Amino acid sequence: MSVLVDKSTRVLVQGLGKTGQFHTDKAIAYGTQMVGAVHPSRAGTEFRFEGETDHSGVPRRDDRYSVDLPVFATVKEAVAETGANASVVYVPPPFAADAIMESVAAGLELVVAITEGIPVGDMIKAKRYLQGTGTRLVGPNCPGVITPGECKIGIMPGYIHQRGRIGVVSRSGTLTYEAVHQLTLLGLGQTTAIGIGGDPVNGTNFVDCLRMFADDDETEGVVMIGEIGGTAEEEAADFVKTEMSKPVAGFIAGTTAPPGKRMGHAGAIVSGGRGTASAKIEAMNGAGIVVAETPSDMGEAMVRALG
Amino acid sequence: MKIHEHQAKQLMSARGIPVPMGRVARSVDEAVAAVRLLMEESDSRVVVVKAQIHAGGRGKGTFKEHPDVRGVNVVTAGIDGGPQAAEEEVGVLARKMLGSTLVTIQTGEEGKVVNRLYVEQGVDIARELYLAVLLDRASSRNIVMASTEGGVEIEKVAEETPEKILRAEIDPAIGLAAFQANELSHGLGLEGDAADNFGRFVKALSDAATQLDTDLIEINPLVITSEGAVLALDGKMAFDDNALYRHPDIADMRDETEEDSAELAARNAGLNYIKLDGTIGCLVNGAGLAMATMDTIKHVGGEPANFLDVGGGATADQVTTAFQIITKDPNVKGIFVNIFGGIMRCDVIAEGIVEAVGRVGLEVPLVVRLEGTNVDQGRRIIEDSGLKVTNADSLRDGAEKILELTEGDAR
Repeated sequence: MSVLVDKSTRVLVQGLGKTGQFHTDKAIAYGTQMVGAVHPSRAGTEFRFEGETDHSGVPRRDDRYSVDLPVFATVKEAVAETGANASVVYVPPPFAADAIMESVAAGLELVVAITEGIPVGDMIKAKRYLQGTGTRLVGPNCPGVITPGECKIGIMPGYIHQRGRIGVVSRSGTLTYEAVHQLTLLGLGQTTAIGIGGDPVNGTNFVDCLRMFADDDETEGVVMIGEIGGTAEEEAADFVKTEMSKPVAGFIAGTTAPPGKRMGHAGAIVSGGRGTASAKIEAMNGAGIVVAETPSDMGEAMVRALG
Repeated sequence: MKIHEHQAKQLMSARGIPVPMGRVARSVDEAVAAVRLLMEESDSRVVVVKAQIHAGGRGKGTFKEHPDVRGVNVVTAGIDGGPQAAEEEVGVLARKMLGSTLVTIQTGEEGKVVNRLYVEQGVDIARELYLAVLLDRASSRNIVMASTEGGVEIEKVAEETPEKILRAEIDPAIGLAAFQANELSHGLGLEGDAADNFGRFVKALSDAATQLDTDLIEINPLVITSEGAVLALDGKMAFDDNALYRHPDIADMRDETEEDSAELAARNAGLNYIKLDGTIGCLVNGAGLAMATMDTIKHVGGEPANFLDVGGGATADQVTTAFQIITKDPNVKGIFVNIFGGIMRCDVIAEGIVEAVGRVGLEVPLVVRLEGTNVDQGRRIIEDSGLKVTNADSLRDGAEKILELTEGDAR
């Protein structure tokens, strides 16, 4: 098993600009079932993706692939024609929240929003729109979701992953790669790696992911990577303490970040004494989470947590 | 993006949110001229001269050059001496404040140079309250925060008497409902005209937050006058940078003199740079990894000189600019490049480094850690370049190596 995505996931791409094209190609090379694209100005055409198969992905495929991806004007139409149940959003920031809502309205189970720089006000509305629906949003401003060997949705490099027994959840893209790479080198591998994104308003938080990993038979432990800003890590620590029996290791970025400065991510800011790394690390230690001292030790921390 | 108090009040006033009358002054003459105008327009004989900088704590802050002058000064000479006496005193104050360096608890020791003043009508204060609209991450909504404890630091109130802070969630589909405004004014103990005026005030303020895409609006203090009027005596606004494209008038309010010149240059080049006080320059891809790199340098005993995220798709030009910015900092005794290539290919970064060093020169030790996509090509490019570069196998290894190479200087 795995969480969120697997080999049966059928994915639409929203936004077939340069970035969308590049990563759709990589996803197809990895073996993800990309079934269609939504890009109104190209609707009615087919977009060809071809190249060398990425054999680090879905096993037992030919060395080359060639796919003609149908392009649709609306998500609703794309879903009706392709039976898609997930989408990935590469739409530019001013239009991205609307693209998310369109997928929610079309009833998709999963929407992964990669776009960075969506106005917070737009996300507040999109989050309200999500309430009471069956759609799960991951992101925005995230690397995406991958279940190694089955499905890659997003911008992460596929080859550093290896199917295994650890769930990974992170607010930061490149730190996720760092953790995944270490788990692969240690032979632990990953069940699913989820980037929840660096924005202050996002669709899925740590607790959502921890809950999914707790219920997943194949996941034996979880690496959770947080950063300064907000209190999501504290809430996650609380959940681990009260409801989670699987071992958890973690890391918090931003111990040295000065207060009042936004460290790249819109959500990574210590203000008014809230959201400090030390408060998060303390909460995590208190919940029995093994916290790595440096990001180079995240894999080792997981080994220690597994006992 | 932050703006000045006088700009925030201009935006509020344009939306029918009551603020005291005031005039912005960039020179002593303008400050003096403002006095008579204000006294003609209002019946107040008191004026307040306020330094305009992007930092709080101005009322208690003092000037480096004139320790006897504060960042906010109430001029009462007009009560007995008339407008002329007030003008004289404002002139003396303006001469001392303009061009001088104001140090407050929020500016740090170096302080901030004051380039403009706001001269404002004095207000008859019956009560001081606190009011803010800001994002609540837990509910993914903006909330109104209000407190009876105006004029003091809200963090202190939150810590010592959290029950004195009232909150109301703003539903993005509805806005602040009338009953919520009523609950707030009741909770603050307001009655009669003051309660009605407050209700209108808080509704207009919460609408402004949504329409203007603010990160934060903070009014501390919000004052109730003896006649029951409700006025924003101070006003702080910060905006969501990602939404500025739809507010060009607000984007134009940016005061670049308030920003660090290196941070400004970085932003114009599409880089994310924040200057720190240490000696080890860092160049990293990804915000989380950039923070973690700083943390690791500190962990092994060094001090990072900066945060620098080159982003996911940096070009050779951007890497060059990044090197220029880092090497311009005289404190930098060594540079650590840490790249985990995902979409960013290591060979592109390596080419960028070689090109940057060729153009900018390199007088300090350089440690490079490359991992991820096309790492072998990347390492080969650096080896073949003949540059004096130390390779590192991991983040921690890199941090230890750069510390070793700058040893003595770095500690």
